[in-house]
Amino acid sequence: MSELDTRSLTAEQALGLLERKEVSGAELHRAYLDAVAERDDELHCYLRTVDAPVGDSVPIALKDVISTKGIETTAGSRILEGYTPVFDATVAARVKAAGLSLLGKTNTDEFAMGSSTENSAWGPSRNPWDPSRVPGGSGGGTAAAVSAGLAPWGLGSDTGGSVKQPSALCGNVGLRPTYGTVSRYGVVAFASSLDQVGPVAKTVRDVALLYTIIAGRDPLDSTTAELPESVELPESDSLAGVRLAVPKQVADLDAIEPGVRAAFESALETARGLGAEVGECDLPLAYRYGMPCYYLVAPAEASSNLARYDGVRYGLRVEGATYGEMVDRTRDEGFGPEPKRRIMLGTYALASGYYDAFYGQAQKVRTLLIREHRDALAGFDAIVTPTSPTVAFPIGDKAADPLAMYACDLLTIPSCLAGLPGLSLPCGLSEGLPVGLQLIGRQFGENGLFRVGHALEGALGFDTVPERSR
Amino acid sequence: MSWEPVIGLEIHVQLKTRTKMFCRCLAGFGAGENTQTCPVCLGFPGALPVMNRTAIEWTMKLGLALDCEIAEHAVFARKNYFYPDLPKGYQISQYDLPSCIGGKVLLPTAESDRVIGIVRAHLEEDAAKIVHVGGRSGRIGGAEASLVDYNRGGTPLVEIVTAPDIRSAEEAKRFLQLLRQTIVELGISDAEMEKGTLRVDANVSVRPAGSDELRTRTEIKNMNSFNFIARGIDTEIERQIGVWESGGEVEQQTYDFDAATGTLTARRSKEEADDYRYFPEPDLVPVEPASELVDALRSEIPESPAARIRRIEPALDLERATVLVTGGLDRLWDETTAAGADDVATANVIANTLVGAGVDPDAVPAAELAKLVEARDRIPRGAFDEAISKLGEPGFTADPYLAQESVADTDELGPVVDRILEASPGQVAAYRGGKEGLLGFFVGQVMKETQGKANPRVVNDLVREKLDA
Repeated sequence: MSELDTRSLTAEQALGLLERKEVSGAELHRAYLDAVAERDDELHCYLRTVDAPVGDSVPIALKDVISTKGIETTAGSRILEGYTPVFDATVAARVKAAGLSLLGKTNTDEFAMGSSTENSAWGPSRNPWDPSRVPGGSGGGTAAAVSAGLAPWGLGSDTGGSVKQPSALCGNVGLRPTYGTVSRYGVVAFASSLDQVGPVAKTVRDVALLYTIIAGRDPLDSTTAELPESVELPESDSLAGVRLAVPKQVADLDAIEPGVRAAFESALETARGLGAEVGECDLPLAYRYGMPCYYLVAPAEASSNLARYDGVRYGLRVEGATYGEMVDRTRDEGFGPEPKRRIMLGTYALASGYYDAFYGQAQKVRTLLIREHRDALAGFDAIVTPTSPTVAFPIGDKAADPLAMYACDLLTIPSCLAGLPGLSLPCGLSEGLPVGLQLIGRQFGENGLFRVGHALEGALGFDTVPERSR
Repeated sequence: MSWEPVIGLEIHVQLKTRTKMFCRCLAGFGAGENTQTCPVCLGFPGALPVMNRTAIEWTMKLGLALDCEIAEHAVFARKNYFYPDLPKGYQISQYDLPSCIGGKVLLPTAESDRVIGIVRAHLEEDAAKIVHVGGRSGRIGGAEASLVDYNRGGTPLVEIVTAPDIRSAEEAKRFLQLLRQTIVELGISDAEMEKGTLRVDANVSVRPAGSDELRTRTEIKNMNSFNFIARGIDTEIERQIGVWESGGEVEQQTYDFDAATGTLTARRSKEEADDYRYFPEPDLVPVEPASELVDALRSEIPESPAARIRRIEPALDLERATVLVTGGLDRLWDETTAAGADDVATANVIANTLVGAGVDPDAVPAAELAKLVEARDRIPRGAFDEAISKLGEPGFTADPYLAQESVADTDELGPVVDRILEASPGQVAAYRGGKEGLLGFFVGQVMKETQGKANPRVVNDLVREKLDA
């Protein structure tokens, strides 16, 4: 076997090596675990690794919100410490059936609530481009692992940007699929009407490949649908005839850093050079009401989804004199500050007398956002924006300011509320840190996003290996 | 002043689907604790509910039988509260958009049909069962521990809510009898109160007769038979009348009915109202049945018990018709009378002798029963009773019983009658003094003396003749 350099190896390349029998599945698995042993003390991408590979194909990392039979699954929370699922999440079962071997479970903000992985009960992950900075979140563990060559690809979950934003901050490609195309069965729930599992990898083709493995209707998840068309691996390097739209509101968003804006605009130039037409669309509500709407809907559903962690059946139990005391103590000690904050927010949003003003109103806004995006996409193939207004920020920078942290998802949230697919791909550097570009497509429009993303990726020539480890 | 009770009922019916409402665990009693469970009904992280199609269809069927409108768009919601019998921290239940809306049940009375409105019928999942151990018998107070059996958790449950149209405890009981019969005939539930597959809560208030105001109501729970429901309601009506008449004010309150003492005990009142924070269950999609499905279900609904009471009543009377229909005996009556047997005699034999002998009416060959009913005065009583008790046996034929003749010879029976009368001078005097009801007593004695071989009609005539002599 030749010397494997996991830092640059793509999943597709790894598949090629396997097909040509230049390497075995077990050797691949071992190579990644060696890389983990070498670099993960610094980065803390993994909460636990799996030594003996089950599959003989390409290895994969799974975010710790994805239930894995026989392997502890904590969702980054102390309240699930020691919880070992008796069943695989559907996505875990599908990657297993495809022969992918599980490398381990990756770090996440507690219950996927956060944008930096700092909310993990098990400590933050670090950005491979600059370990003093966050990898983004909530799926920072998966994104950092792929970026640092500790996994060729992985799965995250995206509620308001938890796949797209860390992919952007770590220089990876990440897809949040159309709501309903990937099963949520066995994925620890945060906000059920928004949660969606998506792939993270080094290339658009790898993301598309992994998407073919996980997508499609699951009888165990009533909200899933059959894909209307099969997934196509993108080939073309041309964008001739493709129409992209930049929301005109993006120009006025002060939150977008100049360096991010510059990389974004340069990527638009590249797109024009490939034959794309870049126009303007109007999303008047998205950036004004997207965030407040999200921070009513998501906490409301979270307050209910997290009610099951009561200490009765699994995970942490802190004893008390009565049932009520036991539940109070368990939840007090088991949940960190962010889940507690969102449980409080959500409980108020659903309270009788406030329902119409908060949750009910947010659902109406959501309907308007769906309509607004549909109208905007009527004349275009994709909406294009920066993924994150900023590059990776220093650890601790926003930890004490929840609103600043929530603002990280300003650009990813609106299309999540609309249920639309979003692909983030690296489009350049700012201050030596990756900048992500977000492509938003129509419902079930993943193939279109893959085509545009693949062509852009080729022309941009972004090197996904962090500069410091080249 | 006279008072009018205003009563509404909330009825929970556990459906007897093979599997649970939102997972494919077996539903039903008798299995070892927590053996009929899975990640879904235990509320494990990431587990998702998937609706039981049969439960949805049965709920719609029940709605159709109760003359409800079937919603084209029904939605499951989450009812959020903490309790150890609720593994997810919320119960999945239809809420503001239930499957069945606005029906009615007709209660045949001597004058006309009383109409009891059905506000709604909705589908939900049952909670698990809690057993408190180590304290006062089964109570949570003082218990050392509470054990939870999740086998029942997630069983489909339909809640039926009536309008406050019921005006007496007796009427509540009759309504429940008809409702129960409807449910049983649909084949969707055993609807047995003792087993908890049928549970009833009553909302009770009273108002001055003739008024249409609605005064404060109270809720009575924990009544586990139709008779207890009637007693509980009557007790509460009397209590409320007493409160109003003594110048007091009835307070909103929940009571438990204690069957042993026949008394009501107020539950500890909560300081705050519950806030269940309902919102649409995002893990499920709305229930939007095709109209073809609703039509197909409608075509499977049998004739309602009330309609059947009205249909057979002219041949009998309201009381007998009601007993036959609410006992599930009217089909046998239909067939037996169609085979030529007398209407009233058939009703009496079925409702008394047959039921008393514990015979399954569905196993009875109507033609054989018809022959026996027609021969009831000719063959010996003992033979008749024995024949009835064996009607449900496979291959039963009435012929051997019909071949027997009862003793109708007055020469033979006369001395027996004389002996009986001589042995009871007191009763004879009482009869002659006007207590004519004692006739049956003497006839019974003679039947006993002859070991059931005497012809009862001949004995009857003979006794009367001798007493009146």
